[in-house]
Amino acid sequence: MQQTSDEVLIQRIAGGDRLAMQVLYARHHVRVYRFVLRLVRNEATAEDLISEVFLDVWRQAGRFEGRSAVTTWLLAIARFKALSALRGRKEAELDDEVAEAVEDTSDDPEVAMQKKDTGEILRKCLTKLSAEHKEIIDLVYYHEKSVEEVAEIVGIPENTVKTRMFYARKKLAEELKAAGIERGWP
Amino acid sequence: MNTNTKLPERDEIEAMLPWFAAGTLSRKDAARVEAALKSDADLSQRFELVREELGETIRLNEDLGAPSARALKSLFEKIDAEAPRRSAVSFNLAGRISEFVASLSPRTLAYAGAVAMLAIVLQAGIITSLVSDRGGDANYKTVSVDPGQGAFALVRFAPTATAADITKFLEDNKAVVVDGPKAGMYRIRLAVTGMPKEELARIIKQMQENKNVGFVAPIQ
Repeated sequence: MQQTSDEVLIQRIAGGDRLAMQVLYARHHVRVYRFVLRLVRNEATAEDLISEVFLDVWRQAGRFEGRSAVTTWLLAIARFKALSALRGRKEAELDDEVAEAVEDTSDDPEVAMQKKDTGEILRKCLTKLSAEHKEIIDLVYYHEKSVEEVAEIVGIPENTVKTRMFYARKKLAEELKAAGIERGWP
Repeated sequence: MNTNTKLPERDEIEAMLPWFAAGTLSRKDAARVEAALKSDADLSQRFELVREELGETIRLNEDLGAPSARALKSLFEKIDAEAPRRSAVSFNLAGRISEFVASLSPRTLAYAGAVAMLAIVLQAGIITSLVSDRGGDANYKTVSVDPGQGAFALVRFAPTATAADITKFLEDNKAVVVDGPKAGMYRIRLAVTGMPKEELARIIKQMQENKNVGFVAPIQ
């Protein structure tokens, strides 16, 4: 059975079709949530933001021109919302986050190393990257976005996408090395 | 992926490895990376690191779970609070038409195109015959009986009149379409209240001189 395309759903949403909105939400909300959560690091904030993201879709569907994939558009809106939320976050919350980060370094990755679980250490190191580096790694590896699509979502030139990905991976290798895993690269 | 970069070939290929692993490279670039991997053992080793990162990034994200039903509830509460869409019907119609057309096979589309062409030719013939056959005008004087008050006229626009021409004609004459088209005729209101006969005749005569009007006559 043929699935209604995202583009058709957006056209229906532009016409005020609530069911189409539900279908689009069901199809993409988990990935959008995870993308936002990795940036804001707070589940309640991420939940608030995804309803804001899809509300923007409801309001702006009529202006969607179909030049990019709907998922690319969704992630671009989500990124904007997440960064705005981060900018508006109170200092007290940031202090909590710093405290969490300090706790993170104390338990892992050394502890995980003792468990000889490279995968676990790698995942831990992925969480330690800067928002900029996390974002690009997630977009490429998890959200399966091409160079052109990442450039559109993040708002940077395509060559910068490639160099940023290179530096994100380099930083990851450094984190792994600090955790006792030498990969022989870079 | 844009390959027009200043990076040397080897570095450029290596920079593409993450996208090659995720399967998001163009066919051409994917073929370049594949060829390089076959002949370069060091590059193959680095590709294994990329694959490892890819796998763990997916696992990390999958472990993040999903939002609660609160997010959906909050979304639809906000949507309900929005003003209803005025253009809902027309947008929906456009969407459904494009969806329908997209679902047709090329052969079906070809048949549909031929039928559409035939319909256009038939319609053009009907319009031409209506324009040339002024004797039929009397038949339209009784259509679109509107109980509204005011001064009215029955008008048929010239086949060459564009939508912009018709809009301008209506604006210039402060007229609004209140009914039609029926057999190509529109009932237009010239004034919300009654109008002296002489004044109505003067406006109708002025309208008859407009090149975008095929026929116009006052009606009760």
